[in-house]
Amino acid sequence: MTTATAADTAHGHAHDDRPFIRKYVFSTDHKVIAIQFLLYSMVFLTLGGLLAMAIRWQLGFPGQPMPGGQVLLGRGAPGGVIDPRFYLGLVSMHGTFMIFFAIMPLLVGAFANYLIPLKIGAPDMAFPTLNMWSFWLMIPAGVLAVLALVAEGGAPSAGWTGYAPLSNTPLYTGVSAGQVFWCLAIAVFALSSLLGSVNYITTVINLRARGMTLMRMPLSIWALFITAILAILAVPILAGAIIMLLFDQVVGTHFYLPSGGGQPLLWQHLFWFFGHPEVYILILPAMGIVSEVIANGSRKPIFGYKSMVIALCAIAFLGWLVWGHHMFQSGMNPTLGTSFMVSTILIAVPTAIKVFNWLGTMWRGNIQFHPAMLNAIAFVAMFVIGGLSGIFMAAAPVDMYIHDTYFIVAHIHYVLFGGSLFAIFAGIYFWFPKMFGRMMNERLGKVHFVLTFVFYNCVFFPMHLLGIAGQMRRIYDPNTYEFLRPLQPLNTFISISAFLLFASQLPFVWNLFHSMFRGPKAEKNPWRDNGLEWTTSSPPPHGNFETPPVVYHGPYEFSRPDMEEDFLPQNQPLPSAKGA
Amino acid sequence: MQHWWFPESASSYGGNLDHMFYAILYITGVVFVVVELTLIVFLVKYRGRKDRRADYVEGNNTAEIIWTAIPAVTVILIAVFSQRLWSTIKDSDKIPADAVPVRVHVKQFEWQFTMAGPDGRLDTDDDIFRKDTLHVRVNTDYALNLESQDVIHSFFVPAFRLKQDAVPGMTTHAWFRATRTGTFEIACAELCGVGHYRMPAHLVVHDAVDFARWQASQAAPGAAAPTTTSTAETQR
Repeated sequence: MTTATAADTAHGHAHDDRPFIRKYVFSTDHKVIAIQFLLYSMVFLTLGGLLAMAIRWQLGFPGQPMPGGQVLLGRGAPGGVIDPRFYLGLVSMHGTFMIFFAIMPLLVGAFANYLIPLKIGAPDMAFPTLNMWSFWLMIPAGVLAVLALVAEGGAPSAGWTGYAPLSNTPLYTGVSAGQVFWCLAIAVFALSSLLGSVNYITTVINLRARGMTLMRMPLSIWALFITAILAILAVPILAGAIIMLLFDQVVGTHFYLPSGGGQPLLWQHLFWFFGHPEVYILILPAMGIVSEVIANGSRKPIFGYKSMVIALCAIAFLGWLVWGHHMFQSGMNPTLGTSFMVSTILIAVPTAIKVFNWLGTMWRGNIQFHPAMLNAIAFVAMFVIGGLSGIFMAAAPVDMYIHDTYFIVAHIHYVLFGGSLFAIFAGIYFWFPKMFGRMMNERLGKVHFVLTFVFYNCVFFPMHLLGIAGQMRRIYDPNTYEFLRPLQPLNTFISISAFLLFASQLPFVWNLFHSMFRGPKAEKNPWRDNGLEWTTSSPPPHGNFETPPVVYHGPYEFSRPDMEEDFLPQNQPLPSAKGA
Repeated sequence: MQHWWFPESASSYGGNLDHMFYAILYITGVVFVVVELTLIVFLVKYRGRKDRRADYVEGNNTAEIIWTAIPAVTVILIAVFSQRLWSTIKDSDKIPADAVPVRVHVKQFEWQFTMAGPDGRLDTDDDIFRKDTLHVRVNTDYALNLESQDVIHSFFVPAFRLKQDAVPGMTTHAWFRATRTGTFEIACAELCGVGHYRMPAHLVVHDAVDFARWQASQAAPGAAAPTTTSTAETQR
């Protein structure tokens, strides 16, 4: 079963005399790499958030000088008033930063790296050096992305989806260097993501501890495993498409340009063939994290483990058949639209199964409201909204009206913020003690949760109304249209809520960095959980485990009636087996 | 508050589309309320207490089957009804055969409309050309041929619930029948560059008498501008 030999573990554990630079900078230890990804993503999460604040300033107070705008945005905001061209740069780079450089590295950089080896009982990843490269490639990728934002001639202004020919013809936007940097950033990001995914897949297949059968794997590992498979199949499509886009810009090819026989819709097909699996890359790990936290917080086995695994696989599979639902109004053959509508709407089924199973897990539980659990509950509550609003746009005729409106913006944020980001918060609160050996402040965690939950809904729920009233996405000033003028108070309300939402993250940032160094020491297993990561010290040593763990049962043995304790780590035999 | 909802429908299929929206809204609304209420009830009822222990339940196959089957049937029904409406609006063979043709030529950041004159056909001498204003007759079918000169734009008439991208290098199609007279706004819904936010155009729906009068007033020489048509041709 296992290829992680005792010798490996013993070697890694003998005495850790690696120099500082090998230990914390160019480290091959998956835990250090995970923390590097965590800090890296935090930088981009903040940057992406700041861009969103500037966007909201313009929409809430159109044409008014932004306080500090001239200093912060420079050329982009002459006299503090955001320039329409720069506004599109903000919109494009907000999406790019958040999706490629914040949420994805958090889920499949930080959490996959941290959890996979620890939860399957491996000393490290299968390819530690490759793993190190996967992080260090993100540095040039990130630098290129920031260069794209500040490049001479302006930031990319074709949106994070970079639709051609707007994206590949400088004539149409006045942007050239920025868009080239954007392409390069995503190409390098793709390489990093591929290296990571190869590693995760190999590690899960080959390095599971003795007794860790596939159906005893924690759901987070199942989710990360399937995500890695999605990534390894989807990301090369993006890389190929983006290199073609780059060629269109710099060497004069016409892949997406009709004047040379190319097809603008080809870009959309390629982009969304990657892009829709990407949506699941951004949500499946979140579902995995939430499953762990909800089982732990309810002190109950996860309800319907097997159907949870099947639902994960079903979502991942269906995810390949639905890309055309982004293109209902694109001029794609409407009959093709019908098949994409059916496959898309079917995804509601496995998604519903997951939601009901989370509810089933909480049913007759003994729910502990620690910050991780609160965020996991919020995930379920908010993801339901994001999932249900998806049905509106899956129905192609309704999509004809709401496509490219704020209804879509509301939907993506209910899934990516209400879904992924709440799950990320849950994961950080839950595994922080293991990562840093210290506890985060629970009260601050609850304050952060309540403020975030309230303002998050104030920001994104009214966006559904904007969409229903017809407000288009990516417009610099809705007031140029008469029918959108009455929406200004709503836009202003959303903007003020957005500023408060951003400010609500301060307790979290303080809590994170203060607790990292000053928090009370964490014990081995503060949440009384069953995962293998909780059977080793906090933080775990290089090599993770003193002796290679042996697994006796699944990860969700909470509140067994034949036991005094309400949890049973995976490396301890079931009471019946013990008695025998 | 009334402005924070759909603009009043003014096209033949707008009402059907709204019904579809409301049907989904009611279905998802019920699911939303049931799920969130259940969640809240569980959170209160099963809140952690020192003297209690969670029940050891690993799952229930009957429950799994029920909550797989019900959503499956519901979404398939939604798909079937949506499909019908979708095909009546978008299928190319559902565009009414006797619809009056309109050529919509769009470029950064301007809409140009070539409307058929009294003969009801395009590319004849009585074509009427207008920038940023499209004139139509109420209760008459119009078939749009959309062409873009540069990047992708999207022809969006909120009051008609109509949206169709215009893609360079190809002609896309849409149709509508206005059911109310009045002036309605046309917007661009697809990011098309720095002027994307300022592409409002107007769609004027006349009653039959008024339309005839307007058409007659356009018969003056020089009203047609075939030049744009030729640019569109060369672009292709």
